[in-house]
Amino acid sequence: MATIEESEKRAPWVLLSPALVTIALLLVVPVMFIVVYSFWLRTSVGGVEPAFSLANWREALTDRFYLDILISTVRIAAITTIVCALVGYPVAYFVARAKGVNRGFLLLLLMLPFWVSYIIRTMSWINILGVSGAVNSLLLSIGLIDEPVQMLYNEATVILGLVHFLLPFMILNTYVSLDGIDRALEDAANSLGANPMQTFWEVTLPLSVPGLAAGSVLCFVLGAGTYITPIVLGGPTDAMFANLVFEAIITQLDWPLGAVLSLMLLVVLGAVVLVYNRFMGLGHIAKGIG
Amino acid sequence: MRGWPLIRAWTILVYTFMFLPVAVVILLAFNANQFGAFPMTGFSFRWFVALWENDAIVRAFQTSLTLGLLTAIISTTIGVLASLALVRYDFPGKNSISTLLIAPILVPEVVLAVSLLLFLQMLNVPKSFFLLLMGHVIFTLPFVVLVVQARLVAVKKDYEEAARSLGASPIQAFFQITLPLIMPAVMAGGLFAFTISFDDITGTLFWKPGGVETVPTQIFAMLRNSISPEINALGAVMIMLTTGLPLIGIAVARWSAARRAK
Repeated sequence: MATIEESEKRAPWVLLSPALVTIALLLVVPVMFIVVYSFWLRTSVGGVEPAFSLANWREALTDRFYLDILISTVRIAAITTIVCALVGYPVAYFVARAKGVNRGFLLLLLMLPFWVSYIIRTMSWINILGVSGAVNSLLLSIGLIDEPVQMLYNEATVILGLVHFLLPFMILNTYVSLDGIDRALEDAANSLGANPMQTFWEVTLPLSVPGLAAGSVLCFVLGAGTYITPIVLGGPTDAMFANLVFEAIITQLDWPLGAVLSLMLLVVLGAVVLVYNRFMGLGHIAKGIG
Repeated sequence: MRGWPLIRAWTILVYTFMFLPVAVVILLAFNANQFGAFPMTGFSFRWFVALWENDAIVRAFQTSLTLGLLTAIISTTIGVLASLALVRYDFPGKNSISTLLIAPILVPEVVLAVSLLLFLQMLNVPKSFFLLLMGHVIFTLPFVVLVVQARLVAVKKDYEEAARSLGASPIQAFFQITLPLIMPAVMAGGLFAFTISFDDITGTLFWKPGGVETVPTQIFAMLRNSISPEINALGAVMIMLTTGLPLIGIAVARWSAARRAK
């Protein structure tokens, strides 16, 4: 019979095993599998056969089309992240400094968008900016325009949709950092003669960098990995990299190419996460979500 | 501080930006105007009735509810066990295991979707409800682990140890002592998994078999034509469901905590 000590040692692994098996079978092995799959060949009859061919990789890496869209995806995600940081920081600051019931209420409101489906939040902008949307209806009724103006389906509305989707992630993460700052440090800076601006730039802002960084990584990775927003709010030329993956897999049924494109996206976004992990540690992201 | 009123005004503006479009969806769902656009011509429930009479939408709701419930049950069971291990025990490699458990959040959902799809196709598992369910389990699991872990920290191990020293078997101790104590954490995890699954579209579009729609993919398909009052009504029902459930959950948790404190 096992001693109590031995069973204590075994217990965590017994409890963890269902989760570890799930992650191994549904995430780790499948990702490793598509690495292999990306070298397989499409046959002339439309099937796929095991092989070692660099053709898929060559196509994706040498065709300017894919590279251009990868670059514009990174650019759109970067702009979105910067806008989220600039717009969200004062809000996080306000919530962190709010008192009592107000603060609880503001935090609860910040959670609400997470429970509203991404597709609904995205399509809601059609009601606002569309040809028969709120803005056009308002401008028509006050006589500023004679005919409805199409404001949707361009890069700006894609970025708008992404900011709307990702802003709560930025605010919550920054809030967690700001909330953890010992107020005595700010008081000390003030009593030593710093004016409020100096205190902010030299004490508060540097101490909130971990939250700002966690929020930025989430915004960037989620923003760069989406294909729904460009379909719903973008025009024909506003496709992002994940749209190419979706096209390859679902429309063209060119699965080896789809595997290559997925892996390219994984490498670019994985690099961002690794750099972040090197400097900040992944723990901060977990704090912001839980 | 002089800047404070400015920061407050900015905060109000940003909250308006976050909520106004969603509020407009709900408002337009009650629009009597047959094109579902501004200006509103009156107040009407006709679009909700139209939803109820639309077979495709009712089927999508059934699919989403079944999928959400099964996802919540599986994901929460696996997630609670893993969280217990992480909170209650110290063991070598604990940090790496924690990171591995949240890995599905760190991998872009598109990549997760493609790899699971291609891997299971290779094993001759076609696009099916089963694939959809597996997909939803893997990407809700990290959220369940994070939420449940955060709640479990507050639950002391003492009662369980007392039960064990009084002769309860580990199984008895778990079901009679530990499970009732961690029930709020379990419910929170399950609710979270359900709403994430119910709202998902990114992975679902890759995994769903032809002809099967969930509510989000149904909305997506309807958007291809143009925005209609029916979409707004469907959106409104979804918003009420996925924000209403957690809010009720929070209210029940507060109420039972207050009752226990008496």
